[in-house]
Amino acid sequence: MLSGPYTVIVVLFLAAVGFGVGPLALAWIWARRYSPHKPGLTKNATYECGLEAKGDAWIQFKAEYYLYAIVFLIFDVEAIFLLPFAVAFGGLSAGACLAMLIFLFLLVEGLVWASQKGVLTWAS
Amino acid sequence: MDQHLRIELSKQGILTTTLQDLYNWGRKSSVWPMTFGLACCAIEMIATTMARYDLARFGAEVFRASPRQADLMIISGTITKKMAPQVVRLYNQMPEPKYVIAMGACAISGGPFKQGYNVLKGIDRYIPVDVHIPGCPPRPEALIHAFMTLQKKIEEQHLTGADRPRHLNPAEPSEFLVPGCGEHDLEPPYNPEVWPIFKVIGQ
Repeated sequence: MLSGPYTVIVVLFLAAVGFGVGPLALAWIWARRYSPHKPGLTKNATYECGLEAKGDAWIQFKAEYYLYAIVFLIFDVEAIFLLPFAVAFGGLSAGACLAMLIFLFLLVEGLVWASQKGVLTWAS
Repeated sequence: MDQHLRIELSKQGILTTTLQDLYNWGRKSSVWPMTFGLACCAIEMIATTMARYDLARFGAEVFRASPRQADLMIISGTITKKMAPQVVRLYNQMPEPKYVIAMGACAISGGPFKQGYNVLKGIDRYIPVDVHIPGCPPRPEALIHAFMTLQKKIEEQHLTGADRPRHLNPAEPSEFLVPGCGEHDLEPPYNPEVWPIFKVIGQ
């Protein structure tokens, strides 16, 4: 056993476990021996900024802004595609130009659809 | 162990210590203050932590943004009556051992705003203060001196016995009364357990 090929690994493994568990065990024994347990209502409170937590965490957020943000994101990305399109516009073939216009049309169609669904108007 | 024997042994290159000294040495060398500034004294506190004054030399550079990880509360500035409940609650949320340095005239007594209707006349009305620093504001050197004073205080604490510090004594409370905002003043205006009532003698 002592001369086995895995002896070193076993020794190192034990040392690694001891290195992790040792200080924790020492701290636990120390706490048991000397420092009394002192929990409290304020001390165990969830919120730790000095203010008292109030209300419920289970509240509803409005989804309107989420939809608005998604629409904004789509057209933000579209603007990034439009820039190289504009730069390379002079040397583009008719097919490439048509493909880009279809892409634009699809997005504008989506915007019109979203507008008709009332996503862009915020009801309070 | 006899002091002379310890000195004699250390001359021979043998260092001896006690569990208590080792514990106190470890604790005083890693006092973590809380990231918590109240008024202009906080600017001096920030300066103390920076490279010029370098509080890191004393093992206290790790300002923790949560009371759960902090050992030391530096009351750096004016405590308004609206802020006092939050200060006490933050102190309550710190785990033991916990220490308090009252920095500046305002934290000690209300300072220049003592006549003000909205200023607490010293934080020691609600929580036990370990070191007071006078000054308006105290210079970073003064804060460092207060810190060294606190370290000396920690160094002399006993692990057992009647005079052991409050965090080792099960009878001492870990939480203090959080005042509420009353109509004219905080309610109660002071914590009688912490702030001694001055008795009039000879009437």
